Amino acid sequence: MGGHDHDHHHDHSELSETELRVRALETILTEKGYVDPAALDLLIETYETKVGPRNGARVVARAWADPDYRARLLADAKPAIAEFGYAGRQGEHLVVVANTPALHNMVVCTLCSCYPWPVLGLPPVWYKSAPYRSKAVKDPRGVLADFGFALPAGTDIRVWDSTAEIRYLVLPMRPVGTDGWSEERLSELVTRDSMIGTGLPILPHGLA
Amino acid sequence: MDGAHDMGGVALSGPVEPEPNEPVFHAEWERRTFALTLAMGMPGGWNLDMSRFAREDRPPEEYLGMSYYQIWLAGLQRLMLERGLIASDEIQAARSLHPAKPVAKILTADNVAAVLQRGGRTDRDTPSPAGFGVGDRVRAKNIHPATHTRLPRYVRGHLGRVDRVLGSHVFPDSNATGAGENPQWLYTVTFNGAELWGEASDPNLKISIDAWEPYLDPA
Repeated sequence: MGGHDHDHHHDHSELSETELRVRALETILTEKGYVDPAALDLLIETYETKVGPRNGARVVARAWADPDYRARLLADAKPAIAEFGYAGRQGEHLVVVANTPALHNMVVCTLCSCYPWPVLGLPPVWYKSAPYRSKAVKDPRGVLADFGFALPAGTDIRVWDSTAEIRYLVLPMRPVGTDGWSEERLSELVTRDSMIGTGLPILPHGLA
Repeated sequence: MDGAHDMGGVALSGPVEPEPNEPVFHAEWERRTFALTLAMGMPGGWNLDMSRFAREDRPPEEYLGMSYYQIWLAGLQRLMLERGLIASDEIQAARSLHPAKPVAKILTADNVAAVLQRGGRTDRDTPSPAGFGVGDRVRAKNIHPATHTRLPRYVRGHLGRVDRVLGSHVFPDSNATGAGENPQWLYTVTFNGAELWGEASDPNLKISIDAWEPYLDPA
């Protein structure tokens, strides 16, 4: 850390110090033969282009379209999600929790940043931030207000703090006015935040 | 440890700030830090709980003053220094100055997809039966270990109910210190908002954590 000012502001010189440190480490580790640079590129490419919230959206859309799949998904999420080929790191143990008109679910990791990578990719900055990690378990309605929406008074809220290796995915409610839609079309309504519980699906008339 | 990472319910205020169309990474050094951290797990030989402890075990002002991937970077550096995989003078010099330490294997490009797809399950067989069942009332222990734990401060001493029995899993408190996996039964335990936050709590709020049996007393 740069260190002479104490206001926790990351100015450019501090960031460039971090940049230099990362470059130095990569050079050292490559020279020592501990890392394969091609493997590093592939790891980055995987999470930038292949594994992300579109995976989860497909799972949700199928649960909306197919009652049998929904039942399988809620009973035992891991094999149901593996039907799409989504599995592995940070998704070794999966639980899906369903929103209903009476119950809204929200997922957090107050201790670090646990998140279901195979279905959502890597977590956004806000999910890893102090405001979210501190507030979600105490004032989830306040969090929802930060995201610009409110639940009806009297709605039960269940917050899932991911303190172990179980990873949680929220199954949002299917928007009305989507009868007969294909899975593909339904999946376009499923936002990342709706699968964390800090948002709702897009309404059918909200699609361009 | 009672560190700044344990944020549940703490007044770390300011609104949650979603970023529209947020990219996966915000800088090249974040990409490289992420990839180096994942790749070094194999030659490094540490486990997930050790790497979590290496990130969180730092003074609050330091933890709160660093960005997310700066914490990852600091954690990775510590793990490698502790094991003699790199040395401080090498970081200063920005190049390797000493022979590499022999490592069992490294993550090669042809292995990346399979390693990610396999992941690392934490469920383990255990000979002992589960001590609690669904519906049991339990009280989270009021413990303050100096080392790694996954029992958040905001539930300690509070009364909850077992909602799910999740099987027997690697126990982080042991695994993080190198004392072995020591598998223990894991439960989803649910607390009423008012039990944790008092009468002012949202009456419709419930909070669930996943807690290993050694974190719980019968109630």
